[in-house]
Amino acid sequence: MRITIASGKGGTGKTTVATNLAIAVSGKFSVQFLDCDVEEPNAHIFLKPQIEQTRSVEKLLPEVDEELCTRCGECVKACEFNAIAIIGRKILVYNDLCHGCGLCKMVCPVGAINEHPHELGVIETGTAHGFSFARGLLNVGEAMSTPIIHEMKGMIDPKRLTIIDAPPGTGCPTIAAIKDADVAILVTEPTPFGLHDLQAAVGVARSVEVPVFVVINRDGIGDDRVERYCQEENIQVAMKIPFAREIAKLYSQGTTLVDALPEWKERFQALYEAVAR
Amino acid sequence: MKVCITARGEGFTAEVDPTFGRAAYFLFIDTDTRALEAVANVPGAHGAGVQAAQTVVEKGATVVITGSVGPNAYQGLAAAGIEMYTGATGTVEQALANFQTGKLTRSGGATGARHGGGRGIQ
Repeated sequence: MRITIASGKGGTGKTTVATNLAIAVSGKFSVQFLDCDVEEPNAHIFLKPQIEQTRSVEKLLPEVDEELCTRCGECVKACEFNAIAIIGRKILVYNDLCHGCGLCKMVCPVGAINEHPHELGVIETGTAHGFSFARGLLNVGEAMSTPIIHEMKGMIDPKRLTIIDAPPGTGCPTIAAIKDADVAILVTEPTPFGLHDLQAAVGVARSVEVPVFVVINRDGIGDDRVERYCQEENIQVAMKIPFAREIAKLYSQGTTLVDALPEWKERFQALYEAVAR
Repeated sequence: MKVCITARGEGFTAEVDPTFGRAAYFLFIDTDTRALEAVANVPGAHGAGVQAAQTVVEKGATVVITGSVGPNAYQGLAAAGIEMYTGATGTVEQALANFQTGKLTRSGGATGARHGGGRGIQ
């Protein structure tokens, strides 16, 4: 089973839910934890993994041989992303726009395009709390995080319970992390801002046909509009985490609720039962 | 001289479109004859700035007058030696007059916030 923890808004508590859920159910299931928030992975702060292996994730960038190139423009026409331009006699390759698909090389009639690997980031793998842990880490200055997320999804072991900590937002990286999950847990807070971004996240999950559940974090602040929205949309609020000093303090110390407060272990196990049904 | 002014509409009275790559129209104007050709801009989801720069080059303009130019478009226009004048506002007519009286600043680098990071939309 694959459970993705996502949110529209950042800072709602995705990592709190993902890490606590993973620890809570790791006694019962063989858990695989994937921190796919590759621009700013932080689950390791709570899970404190032992990293055993680091490998590079690359994309292939085109390199045009200006001598061989006839400026026919076939590559420019073929590129969906406008990553190659011919301006007069000059050939411009936009590395940040390139998705590394290799189509330009395929369509070049004179074989003037070669590809060279370019590192986007790394994937670190290891163990935490007795389960398997991996996190993606985008290199500083890189614009494209989805190839790293796709690479991480390729590591999914179908025999395990995979918990994916998704990046915030509703763009391509988030879609990559939610797509193909059996269920998405959307973490929000009961504020107008939380509601606005929750609605966007629900739209994303539904567009890729992934069933959604909501966890309300910092319950007690704001208003009841998130709950009313969930009722209207027939979305189960599977857990509420109160806005409490004790919880905030544990968070600030990098300690999980499950490790510090035994009743939360049961609550996160109940969350699993609710979403896995 | 042929200049390209980004606009929200098709004529001299149209407002200048402040963005380059995702402008509604490119108006190609011969500054001697005032002959005007409006080209609707149909940017793809990705790399609009690159695409727009190529359009301007193909049309043979040597000057671009707009609000701001993103980094990808800047690189493309600069490669063709096209001069970019940014900060244009008001109508196309006013922007052209401001350009001709030297009131617009010539841009030596990308001035715009990148749409989607100037990296298309992933």
